[in-house]
Order: sequence, then structure tokens, then C-alpha cells
Amino acid sequence: MLQRIYDWVDERVDVTPLWRDIADHEVPEHVNPAHHFSAFVYCFGGLTFFVTVIQILSGMFLTMYYVPDIENAWKSVYYLQREVAYGQIVRGMHHWGASLVIVMLFLHTLRVFFQGAYKKPRELNWVIGVLLFFVMLGLGFTGYLLPWDNKAYFATQVGLEIAAATPFIGDQIRTLLAGDPSIVGAQTLTRFFAIHVFFLPAALFGLMAFHFVLIRKQGISGPL
Amino acid sequence: MSDKKRVSRRQFLNYTLTGVGGFMAAGMLAPMVRFAIDPVLKSKEGGDLKSVASVDEITKEPQRFEWTIDQVDGWYESEVQKTAWVYKDDNDEIVALSPICTHLGCTVDWGSNDEYPNEFYCPCHGGRYTKDGDNVPGTPPTAPLPVFEHETKEGMLYLGEAKDRGGA
Repeated sequence: MLQRIYDWVDERVDVTPLWRDIADHEVPEHVNPAHHFSAFVYCFGGLTFFVTVIQILSGMFLTMYYVPDIENAWKSVYYLQREVAYGQIVRGMHHWGASLVIVMLFLHTLRVFFQGAYKKPRELNWVIGVLLFFVMLGLGFTGYLLPWDNKAYFATQVGLEIAAATPFIGDQIRTLLAGDPSIVGAQTLTRFFAIHVFFLPAALFGLMAFHFVLIRKQGISGPL
Repeated sequence: MSDKKRVSRRQFLNYTLTGVGGFMAAGMLAPMVRFAIDPVLKSKEGGDLKSVASVDEITKEPQRFEWTIDQVDGWYESEVQKTAWVYKDDNDEIVALSPICTHLGCTVDWGSNDEYPNEFYCPCHGGRYTKDGDNVPGTPPTAPLPVFEHETKEGMLYLGEAKDRGGA
């Protein structure tokens, strides 16, 4: 049945070359843990992506209940965690995944660094990777405020003070992030929400696409 | 085993990978989907009956009565105003009708249209109901007005949830 649907579509649109281009390529021996167990270090990039997918999915579902408003943010989080079936699990996935993604990203960076995989011709992909790392940190920072509890509030307060320590334009950066020169409040929360669910994910998708296209184009770096 | 039925190495690996992948995807998605469909599966608790009016205020003519209920909407609690058309029928039984039109949910009024003085009339699409709440055939509504569950205690009328009466 599935095969027939696939054939029907393929006959008309010729999708086979498309997915072969994406999925069907040889894994070199030095990257295959079946040949060399130490090759598991090559998994960290993929694991980062996997956790990112979980973050995107669980985040999408969380916004079904979450409200970015100072009156209701905490209450809605409390409600979705206490009253909604599996709320604790879905929020837990997003909460723990956020830390895990940074860990995986870091391990992936270490592997690329110590194998020298960033060297010519792959310097550009290293730069994109660093940008991805910053986007992830931004997602972590903006997401941390959203539950609007004391920890979230004061962590953001501290983060904003650090941003304000930038020479010359510190105060402007702080105001731009917080939405107000002195208050961390209603406008900060909506801003952080918008940055967390629209702006940074958009940047993330663009950079990830670029990252993956370059990997396919340049191939995995050779054995040590 | 005939050669036809044999599963090739490649096929076996394909099945295994699909199975494991499917299991992982299901494990990931099951909590999220259950989380999303929770409102559909939540059991609805019936509200308490609320005191609306004194029984001697109720006449043979439908009158509009308003009262408030405490509504819990997820994390938001508020007082919501409810309305009912209440009258005593020929057997002196109290009838409390919901003013929500069964066509598309506008609010009906008693005798507001001069052409149909003794009927409930909906201004949105001209839906009409007789005094006992039955929809007039040939007008948009397809079901009678819902009836509030009611109870009288110590000379007061208590109203609960409006119940649909089905339709034809």
C-alpha cells in the first residue's frame, strides 16, 4: 500500500533522486562505530540535532498552554504542569533537553576541534557552528525567563546587567533586550518570548540548513 | 522455507531500523500528543446550582433573569454572567430556557419582533421559537432552546447547567 502510494507520487514528481541525494550516501569506515568503536565521537553532531528536534516539538506543544504575560505566565506554567496530562513530562523534556543540547553541542565542538576537522576547506562550517552555538545560548537565555518565577526573574536581571556592561552602548543594548530602561517586566517577557519562539528559531533553522548543506558538499573530514 | 519468503539481510535491517525509529518517535510524540488532546479527554464537572430569583417574581410571561457563576478556565478564574428566560407554564411548573439560539449561538429575545409577539426571536437570522422553546419549522434553528436544570428551595429558584434537548 505504502509502496504503491510512493510509486504513484514518484512516477509523477520523481522524488527518488531528491531523497537519495539527502539520505543515500556512504559512511566512511573511520566514521562507523562498527569498525572502530572510538568513532562514536562522530555521533555528537547528530545527537545535537536529535535533541534540537525534541526541543522544537516539545516547545510547539508547550505554547498550546503557555501565555507570555506577567499576570498569567507563571499560572499557565503551573496549570500545564499540574493539571494537564503529561504536562510534567512535556515541560521536563523541554527543560532537560535545553541543558542536554548545550552538552551535545559542546562535545561536538570538542570533537571537531581536537580532530582538526575545522581546517581548510571547512573553516566556514566552523564559523557557522560557532554562530549556532551563540543562537543556542540565546535560546537558553530567553527561555529561562519564560516561566516567570523568581529564579527566572533574577537570572534575567543578572543577564541584562552583564549585557549593560558592554562599553559605550551597554545601556542601549539592555533597553533593547528588556524593552524598558529600568523595568524587567511585561515588555521584557513578551520580547523574550518573541525572540525565543520566532527570531532565534528562524536563525537556527537557516544556520542548520547551511551547516548540513556544507557537510554534504564537502563530505566528512578524513581519518586522523 | 521457499526462497520467495526469505527476508534478505537488507530487508531485515530496514525493518529493524524502521521499527526502532518508529518506537523512538512514538515514545517522543506520545506524551506530547496526549498533552495536546487533554482538553478533549478531560471530564467535565457539573457546576452547582445557583440561586437566581425569588419564586414569586416568576410570572406566566417569560422574564429575563441574570446571575453570575464562578468560571474556571484553565488557569483563569472569573465571574461570568448567565441569562435565562423563566416563566411558569399552564401547570404552574417553572420553565427556564437558555437564550442561546441553537442555530449559530446568537442571543434570543422574547417578543422583541412585533410580527411575532409571543415567540422567542433571534435577530441574527430570524430564528423563532414558541413559548415552550420549540423551534418554529421553516426558520433556521433545528433544535429547541436548551433548558436549565432547576430546583426550588425556600422560595428561591436555583439554576444549573443548560441541557440540550436534541433536535430534528
